[in-house]
Amino acid sequence: MIGAIRELGARVTAGVEGLGRVARFGGHLVGAVPRPPSRFGFFVRALFDAGVLSVALICLSGFTVGMVLGLQLHTTLTRFGAEEGLGAVVGLSLVRELGPVLTGLLVTGRAGSAITAEIGAMKSTEQLDGLRMMAIDPLHFVALPRALALTIAMPLLNGLFIVFAIAGAYGVGVWRQGLDGGVYLSGLEDAVLFGDDVGQSLLKSLVFGLLLGLISTYKGHSCAPDAAGVARATTSTVVTASVCILLADYVITALWGV
Amino acid sequence: MQNHATRDLIVGLFVLVGLATLAYLSLQVGGIEFGAARRIRLEATFDDIGGLSVRAPVRIGGVKIGQVSAIGLDDESRPKVTLEVDDDVAISSDSSAAIRTAGLLGDQFISVELGAEDDALAEGEAFQFTESAFSIDKLVGRLVHDAGVSD
Repeated sequence: MIGAIRELGARVTAGVEGLGRVARFGGHLVGAVPRPPSRFGFFVRALFDAGVLSVALICLSGFTVGMVLGLQLHTTLTRFGAEEGLGAVVGLSLVRELGPVLTGLLVTGRAGSAITAEIGAMKSTEQLDGLRMMAIDPLHFVALPRALALTIAMPLLNGLFIVFAIAGAYGVGVWRQGLDGGVYLSGLEDAVLFGDDVGQSLLKSLVFGLLLGLISTYKGHSCAPDAAGVARATTSTVVTASVCILLADYVITALWGV
Repeated sequence: MQNHATRDLIVGLFVLVGLATLAYLSLQVGGIEFGAARRIRLEATFDDIGGLSVRAPVRIGGVKIGQVSAIGLDDESRPKVTLEVDDDVAISSDSSAAIRTAGLLGDQFISVELGAEDDALAEGEAFQFTESAFSIDKLVGRLVHDAGVSD
């Protein structure tokens, strides 16, 4: 009985300690931003890996999601004689929720996991220790450019996703289902507002990018230095980041006040 | 270095395209206005505003000229609606404001019927004539009531 309680206590303590380590890591990361030398070249490379290489995936996924939305919603709305509402429903659901969340999850799988695996492999082959030997802070040299790149890439990819999804829904709704193109676009533009909807979308994708940047670099830095450790850290990044993104999505939506 | 130059170019393109999509979403879809057209505020008091809500459009003959910016009660606790209207539209001082519904179940909006006077309403002035929201509830209630009386 006492043993079980002790076990519970140990788990809670370990959880809180883990949170504290993430927070301290995040603090170091933020503190490293203004520190010279500038790692702009590394940042550009990381932006290429995380952002540019995700473009094809994001565009294709966005277009497909838009097509499915167009087909499903048009069919459902027709039942209520409200197919003119397609633009409004597609626009609001994409801009407010589907765009930032799906982009966040896709980038987590596509880029976040790769960053954890890369840093983890560097750690297990003692490259990070090598950097430390040369008095180079691995946080500043390795983690920071990647975390920043994810934060910057996320809103941009979110914009791409939404635009391609709007086009996908246009394609299905207008060319296949025979809705008028003008009705679709004007419904979309009437329903979506800059402050409430696009602003919320941008804030969400920025927060998701920050979260993913923090989690993926932290997991890489803290992974056990062997093959199994890298594998566990990579899995853990995808799981933790996905859950955090979905939770943060609810929190932001609730605080924003819909 | 050739490789680097190409990569940098592609990254630059990626950022530009991403920003372009965000600009499209903000400007075209989101309808943000820079140096927004100057607007004047007008007030209108109604007996019943029905389901009118903030940001509902204000129209003249179906053409949008502004939106409802605030809804509240005046000193005598009558519903007071504040409208923001483009200042290049001259609304003569004897115009009337009516709350109408787009379609049977559609959103409510304010329809302005222009009057004949030459001078226009200025910032902060109120409509003299208003027409409250048409409520199906009330109409049905009255029909039922009248039917009851005639029995």
